[in-house]
Amino acid sequence: MSTTEGPPLIPGAEAKKISLDRESAGAHRRGGWFNGLGQRWNALPRQKQWFYLIIIVVLAYLLPVVNPPFISTEPGNNWPLACAQMSIYALVAVGLNVVVGYAGLLDLGYVAFFAVGSYTAAMLTSPDSPYVHIPYLWTLPVAMGVAMFFGVMLGIPTLRLRGDYLAIVTLGFGEIVRIMATIIPAMKGQVGFQNVGHPPGTDAAGNAIFLNSNGTPWYWLTLSVIIVVLLLAGNLERSRVGRAWIAIREDEDAAEIMGVPTFKYKVWAFVIGASVGGLSGALFAGQVGFVNNQKFDVVTSVLFLCAVVLGGTGNKVGAILGGALVAYIPLRFTAIAEYKFLIFGVALVLIMIFRPAGLLPARQRLLAYGRAAYNKVTGRKGVGDAGGSRAMSTRVSDEEKGAQT
Amino acid sequence: MLPSLLASMPMDNDWISFDVPSLIENFWSATFDGLTFGSIYALVALGYTLVYGVLNLINFAHSEVFIMGCFGVWFTLSALNFGPSAPHLGFWAIVGNLILALVVGMIVSALTAVIVERVAYRPLRRRNAPRLAFLITAIGVSFSIQYLLYLWRGPSPERALTMFHPTPIFDVFGTIIDSQQIVIVVAAVIMMIVIDLFISRSRTGRGIRAVAQDPDTATLMGVNKERIIMTTFIIGGILAGAAALFYTMKIPSGVQYNGGFILGIKAFAAAVLGGIGNVRGALVGGLLLGLIGNYGQILLGNSQWTDVVAFLVLVLVLILRPQGVLGSSLGRSKA
Repeated sequence: MSTTEGPPLIPGAEAKKISLDRESAGAHRRGGWFNGLGQRWNALPRQKQWFYLIIIVVLAYLLPVVNPPFISTEPGNNWPLACAQMSIYALVAVGLNVVVGYAGLLDLGYVAFFAVGSYTAAMLTSPDSPYVHIPYLWTLPVAMGVAMFFGVMLGIPTLRLRGDYLAIVTLGFGEIVRIMATIIPAMKGQVGFQNVGHPPGTDAAGNAIFLNSNGTPWYWLTLSVIIVVLLLAGNLERSRVGRAWIAIREDEDAAEIMGVPTFKYKVWAFVIGASVGGLSGALFAGQVGFVNNQKFDVVTSVLFLCAVVLGGTGNKVGAILGGALVAYIPLRFTAIAEYKFLIFGVALVLIMIFRPAGLLPARQRLLAYGRAAYNKVTGRKGVGDAGGSRAMSTRVSDEEKGAQT
Repeated sequence: MLPSLLASMPMDNDWISFDVPSLIENFWSATFDGLTFGSIYALVALGYTLVYGVLNLINFAHSEVFIMGCFGVWFTLSALNFGPSAPHLGFWAIVGNLILALVVGMIVSALTAVIVERVAYRPLRRRNAPRLAFLITAIGVSFSIQYLLYLWRGPSPERALTMFHPTPIFDVFGTIIDSQQIVIVVAAVIMMIVIDLFISRSRTGRGIRAVAQDPDTATLMGVNKERIIMTTFIIGGILAGAAALFYTMKIPSGVQYNGGFILGIKAFAAAVLGGIGNVRGALVGGLLLGLIGNYGQILLGNSQWTDVVAFLVLVLVLILRPQGVLGSSLGRSKA
């Protein structure tokens, strides 16, 4: 049952659905607390979901100001800066989730797009660079564009082939970007670019709001960007494109046979992921204020991947949680910070073996869509089946009929 | 905005320059050195190719299988009192020590490969997990081993060890071929031939080819699939251990926690270049990649370009001829 969910409409069906969800929650005890949470959330009516969502968003915006005890990072790690870092990781994870989670393509060089975005922002705003200078906020779309260009360059040769090739080519690309930053003089190697620009604005005393030492405004900016990206990614996920991605992820050959232009949609997923990577890189460059070749090693790519896998491959909320956790854990528990790469490496293996769906498993909406489409084509109308994604209610009503007869 | 951006670009292209005279001058030494590196790539590439042939899976952890072998070799030689300067030992004493180090390297690498298979792949195979899951556990295991080594040995490379002084043997086109190059190339080629014979002649080799061709039918015909998979990993590990000895011989300061990473990517590029899943392709691809990398490095004048060139080769092969130079897969090679 948990594989077919959509917003329920009629009260009777809803009650039935909740009870069915309970059953399935009981059946999948291994899913545990997080699964139950997800199901309870989906069982809520739309208005309540919005209400809770607004509360969550407000709380998220308040996070760096409140500095909650116990949750806060250990002394020595500034909490607002930690929040800014968590938000950037979360944005990265949302972008990578499009590639890995939706389309099922393993991108092991995601840090390269992050680096491309950072360098774009740095080279267009830092006084150390001889190029044309533009206001910082304009570098965000430019960084996205440049990262998309690299995504196309890398995606077109490799995506025609099996997924494994993409993994190793992106792994190599991640390293190549770092090497190029070292050996191309214009990219200044280890010297790097100082004083990367920041958004305009001053407070009452005339000091700039966006300082490298103050994480709060950066956190708010990144959080706002995340919300926008989430809305866009959510729409894509529910669109024709998103269905194509899921079909490709589940079985590429079958998707191809059914007429899905797999190559085109794989390139789209890769390029959209790359653009979000570039965007987060530009934000990172602005927040840290300094870009050199030491920050973009391949291990960071694996951390990003771990964020997506930990949160739940294919679940955008899970990706945010995973990204924030990956950034948060080493800052909260400084005693284990030294071992973080080992811990996350082992975590990748353990999650894939014991809980492949991650902390927040992705809901499989594909079946729901498929049923809605089937009903539309056959002209059969279920109770309350007025539109695209209401398949759930028809399904339940079907079963009710079955129970009555 | 774009015209002004272009106008502000510095017009000197001094980050890339083609030093053709130096390539012509050093052509033969680059060739022999390239073949030496190429044989090392080929040995590692075989590990990728065999596992890919049997499981249809890139074993990302193979670079760590290789680097564990390097540490095995290094510790053995350190224990045998090898140091930065070549030891004053007789010929046969050095040969004996090197063979001992070779055996230890092979054992360590093969053990690592078996552990990787048991821990990362077998549980997923049991569960019929999707391909993505295999790739993710592979990268996770690779990462874990790398950082275990990091925590144990620290970030800096191990002390350099010299096994013997390369002595000039031949003089070809005015370029000296030294004993080290000969040892590496000859030993690697012999091992590749032995493996090729093993795969094409022996009973186990036939089993490997059968599983590569069709695992289910092979199982029905009485082939023990799990044992074949294990054997494949062990062979890959043994060859990686041999590569580890030659690598430590060629690049004494290369024993480092992340030393396997770039070499792994190059070896994979070599496997793809030769035709992944093809045993002879690994040799051809390795030697070709060694040559291309070395020429590129001299032509472009910076040793870091070798890695970039190898990567470009990989991407170009994938565009132009994804099945590689020799093409055919392990399953379809001659019976």
